Amino acid sequence: MRMLGAEAVIECLKAEEVEIVFGYPGGAVLTLYDALFKTNFPHVLTRHEQGAVHAADGYARATGKTGVCFATSGPGGTNLVTGIATAYMDSIPLVAITGQVGVSLIGKDSFQEADICGITTPITKHNYLVKKVQDLPRVIKEAFYIARTGRPGPVVIDISKDVFNDTLDFEYPDSVELRGYKPIFSGDASKIDLVVTELEKAKKPLLFIGGGVNISGTSEELRKFVESTGIPVITSLMGLGCIPCDSAQHLGMVGMHGTYAANMATMECDLLLGVGVRFDDRVTSLVKNFAPKAKIVHFDIDPAEVNKNVRSDFRVIGDLRWSLPLLAEKASMQGLQKWQQETGEWNKLVQEWKKEKPPASELEAAGIKPQAVIEKVSELTKGDAIIVTDVGQHQMWTAQSYTFKKQRSFLTSGGLGTMGYGLPAAIGAQITLPEKTVVLFTGDGSIMMNCQELATMADNGLPVKIIVMNNQVLGMVNQWQRMFYGKRYSHSSTKGCTDFVKLAEAMGVTGLCVTEPEKLDAILEKALKMEGPVLVEVLLPATEDVLPMVPPGGRLDQMVLGGVF
Amino acid sequence: MKYTLAVLVENRPGVLTHISGLISRRAFNIESIAAGPTEEADTTRITIGVEVEDEFELDQVVNQLSKLINVIKIINLTYVDSIQRELALIKVRANKANRSDLVDIVEIFRAKIVDVNRETLVIELTGEEAKIDALCEVLVDFGIIEIVRTGRIAVSRGPVPAKEM
Ligand SMILES: Cc1ncc(C[n+]2csc(CCOP(=O)(O)OP(=O)(O)O)c2C)c(N)n1
Repeated sequence: MRMLGAEAVIECLKAEEVEIVFGYPGGAVLTLYDALFKTNFPHVLTRHEQGAVHAADGYARATGKTGVCFATSGPGGTNLVTGIATAYMDSIPLVAITGQVGVSLIGKDSFQEADICGITTPITKHNYLVKKVQDLPRVIKEAFYIARTGRPGPVVIDISKDVFNDTLDFEYPDSVELRGYKPIFSGDASKIDLVVTELEKAKKPLLFIGGGVNISGTSEELRKFVESTGIPVITSLMGLGCIPCDSAQHLGMVGMHGTYAANMATMECDLLLGVGVRFDDRVTSLVKNFAPKAKIVHFDIDPAEVNKNVRSDFRVIGDLRWSLPLLAEKASMQGLQKWQQETGEWNKLVQEWKKEKPPASELEAAGIKPQAVIEKVSELTKGDAIIVTDVGQHQMWTAQSYTFKKQRSFLTSGGLGTMGYGLPAAIGAQITLPEKTVVLFTGDGSIMMNCQELATMADNGLPVKIIVMNNQVLGMVNQWQRMFYGKRYSHSSTKGCTDFVKLAEAMGVTGLCVTEPEKLDAILEKALKMEGPVLVEVLLPATEDVLPMVPPGGRLDQMVLGGVF
Repeated sequence: MKYTLAVLVENRPGVLTHISGLISRRAFNIESIAAGPTEEADTTRITIGVEVEDEFELDQVVNQLSKLINVIKIINLTYVDSIQRELALIKVRANKANRSDLVDIVEIFRAKIVDVNRETLVIELTGEEAKIDALCEVLVDFGIIEIVRTGRIAVSRGPVPAKEM
């Protein structure tokens, strides 16, 4: 069928079963927006392109589908950069379509021209500059295929303005032909036999779960394996939710702000099975002291992750959807009953660590305890909500204190640590899951980074519950200055003049405020019951720390515990 | 240690920048890089010389490069019996008095004089890097005006092409 390039883009999106696009218009994409109008294709207008890309990312994390966003050329495209990098670091499937100046103007510093392909090369799985309308269907087909297969990631398609206005005989290809890209699904099964042999020999095995489990949606397989073997589990920030936080084998998050039990178990284990993890430095601290007594096994879809940070003794390269069931099957054939007896001592030990040093939720401090806020929300939502955070102390408190129970229920910028991620990501999640309770925990610093999206939330009637943990400081920065910079609080106070309730009201969001501990529970309950979007500002003391903490470069068993332990 | 990689890539714009960018971004040191078309019109072959600490690091370079969508294949030629060559053009000062000395040197190195004028000579030499280094060193005494080198390319001995290794 003969149609405009812009119409072809919409046809491609339909063929890819895209439900919704987040974006912001401009000169270079006007024809594309005209096509959106004519086809009535679902689109959410955010108030900033960064909001659009984070919303697409939140949508992708919550659903497992590919998020899509649009932006115009030049400044529109550059506004996407932080969001693309965020998605790249956490392996989120995303397709960003940007407009580019007319073909004859490319490379001439034309008005609103930026080399988006050049700019995004290091933060995309792949990118394209489309200068010929005939290339559109193939490029879009490839882009979606690349974004969602293998290790997922963001793909940018930069399309010249001329291409949208040009016409083509539209035909969407059925398959892709990429000589250099053949994502693997299954790997070498004999490697799994080796792992099982190691498991049988191990006296102190430990499972380390990462974001790969969330991305591949394999938490069910993993749970079965954990239940049948009784192996204790630690998780990275990105792996939270894959194993219910309140299950006996779960020792909590590992690393800089990990639990006592998780960090001690890492130091003591003799076999560490890393599943869909990338051994980030926030987890390992100094690599040479990480799991010093253990043989390390690495399960990952991306061969480039192997030996990148931590050298592994055994590796199983392939999709977790292939390797995890096979591991469970092979392990159960090997008579795990006997093996469970042999590791009984180890399980007793980790349970003692778990009891002896609970997570730092019992700190004595005047005022509202941040953990109490999160625990109350956890109790009210019963682990059934989608929890979104920004970046800072509130993020770590949420990771430590919310009882996650389901995969894809925790949306947070782990790899890049992007302040401003939370609000738009919550929009992306809520819009596709209208029945779900979506709660955003944010800080007084973070919320300001994309607070314009409150308007998007209100205009779309999205009932997200926002909890601003207002300690009137850039808390995490403040904590580091307190601990490592002689309490020189250089530019880490937000001064506290902003009235978040009024800010919310100004944008069409109900605002509530809690200052007294006694009123906390009632207000949280009220907020969660209310219809429509609500922002609750909770006033917290400025000096609460995130503990335990492994000082940078320290060993995992050299945690600062603090509090009343 | 120094390693030689042959990288087969799709002949698309920007691929070379992608590759060199990725290697340098990851803090690996590129010693030389040479790219050119192959027997297949849609394939470019890039020969990369990298200097890395150990095999683990080399694996990282290879694994990271393999992730690029336009990279078709990477072959480590370091341990393969192979022929390595580089082309250099060297412009040196030359006058009546020392020109015959230069001609002798060029002969010994089996190089070629490809341009002569009253003050200078241009010498062309192909060979392994070490040989080119050696010639450059000898020519220093005459006064080198400029050197252009292509960076090394490599091909394995025997009938099997890199794309089938
Ligand atoms: C875009 C961006 N800029 C700067 C930082 C560095 N940073 C990390 S945490 C933090 C403070 C966050 O403050 P706030 O949002 O109030 O949360 P709190 O730590 O107080 O809970 C800062 C500035 C960052 N992560 N992201």
